[in-house]
Amino acid sequence: MTASNDEIRILTPSGMLGYGFPVDHFKLGLAQKPHAITIDSGSTDSGPQKLGLGEMTCSREAYVKDIEVLLEGQRAAKVPLLISSAGGDGTNLHVDVFRDIIVEIAKKRGWHFKLASIYADIDKGHIQKELKAGRVEPLGPVPPLDPREVDAATVVVAQMGAEPFLKALDESEGVDVVVSGRSYDPSPTAAMAIRAGFDPALAWHMGKIMECGALCAEPVGRNVMGWLRRDHFEIEPLNPNERCTTASVAAHTLYEKTHPFLLAGPGGTLDLSQCKYEQVTERRVRVSGSRFEPSKHYTVKLEGARTSGYRSIFIAGARDPIFIGQIDEILAKVIAATRAYFAEVPEESYRIIPHIYGKNGVMGELEPVKTPAHELCIIVEVAAATQSLATAICGKARTSLMHAPYPGRIATAGNLASPFTPLEIPLGEACTFNVYHLMKVDSPTALFPIKVEEI
Amino acid sequence: MAVETPLRDIAKVIRSKNAGPFEITLDIVFKTREDFDAVKKSGVITRELVSQLYNVPTQAIITFGFFELVNAVKITLPRPRAQGGVGETDMHAAQQHVPLQEIRVPWPQP
Repeated sequence: MTASNDEIRILTPSGMLGYGFPVDHFKLGLAQKPHAITIDSGSTDSGPQKLGLGEMTCSREAYVKDIEVLLEGQRAAKVPLLISSAGGDGTNLHVDVFRDIIVEIAKKRGWHFKLASIYADIDKGHIQKELKAGRVEPLGPVPPLDPREVDAATVVVAQMGAEPFLKALDESEGVDVVVSGRSYDPSPTAAMAIRAGFDPALAWHMGKIMECGALCAEPVGRNVMGWLRRDHFEIEPLNPNERCTTASVAAHTLYEKTHPFLLAGPGGTLDLSQCKYEQVTERRVRVSGSRFEPSKHYTVKLEGARTSGYRSIFIAGARDPIFIGQIDEILAKVIAATRAYFAEVPEESYRIIPHIYGKNGVMGELEPVKTPAHELCIIVEVAAATQSLATAICGKARTSLMHAPYPGRIATAGNLASPFTPLEIPLGEACTFNVYHLMKVDSPTALFPIKVEEI
Repeated sequence: MAVETPLRDIAKVIRSKNAGPFEITLDIVFKTREDFDAVKKSGVITRELVSQLYNVPTQAIITFGFFELVNAVKITLPRPRAQGGVGETDMHAAQQHVPLQEIRVPWPQP
């Protein structure tokens, strides 16, 4: 179904593929005859270990479950299904995992369709060349990109804009399903609307809201439907018990954003300062007045992470008030003793970091409450070059703390209540985000290869 | 009579969250334009207060402002460390809002 001249309808079943969504509400959306189904699976929010170690946000099983429902919907509605940022980080590895899941389901169900895969891993040599040419800038409060960090990164991806989706849909007649690597979250929705000839500003704004599913509703939900017209769009959650209000839709643009109405993305900045929000029905909001300012140079956001050694932790409780009252001094002595014991290990090659819940485990130095609770959970995190060294240091710190003497001690058998074995818990490799920069590009599509296949 | 009242008793939403792996963003959303205006007029919420509560120099504050369009104060700060690395205490930065709850503004008592 192609969009009419006056309206394009987009259905987004959830803000995050793999979290599950109510299928009955998804079907209500299908009944509204959408022109496309879009869903994002990307986020840096659960940590650098996805990019650093090739992990995914959700389990493969969770993705299989959601994707099967989506493919069924695609088949029923006969409109494109666009899935972005495969696996959470959107690496080539995870685009192929999603592609394999889709092929697997299609085989099982005896379905045939045309699938486009768009990849977003960026060649490190290319980044180094652009870096040398002064075309890579830090994004926000990060240091300028060090070429060694590019090499150290496990993989570097770039967030694609709408153009690679347009190319995938236009290049080959009748693409049914698109699965993409790392993408700016609103890109699939924006691409469908821009392709149908609608105002890019409204397209990006509607995409920006819909990429979170019905997070813009009260109470927040999953399935959401957008109607984009010539000079406005409308948004409504598909769960009849949820509603969009002018306040909930306007306030949504605050969520996880640096600025409340200037939203920078690939190719330009969305300016929502002049937007008008109107309550159309009890559950539907109309938005107009969005503006899009194309940037002078088209840039893409690079994201990368590297591994940074291994971690082990121990978890222990403390209940003795005489001990709790002196916890900082006792821990400082224990850490000093542990470091003295491992004198042969270069001091700066490992870290010992206490997390003291019941005191300041959540806020650290920013904690305004200075009196500790009646019981503490002490987690000591050790990061070192190898897993065995991290565990050894962690073990030494734990036994030292268990038996540490302190003034006024009358509980002479031990200071800690240990809930779990192993007493020292190996956490595997630690990761850190080390590339978060903007790179100028001459073409919005050249970095994102597309593979089309008949399934 | 006006009584010093914590923001947690006034605002509709007070929350914190990552804005990407290197920034933390804090939102205070008010129930009504009147509440928003009254808190703004009190002059209690300033860059200096944020600097003090979050131990960050005023010039490092990325966004600070009262935004009428959404009846909200928005504050964006550099993250104390890159998200999810060694020493992380709050992967999503979802529990860093509490100092804002405790800000007290003179407020009429019902």
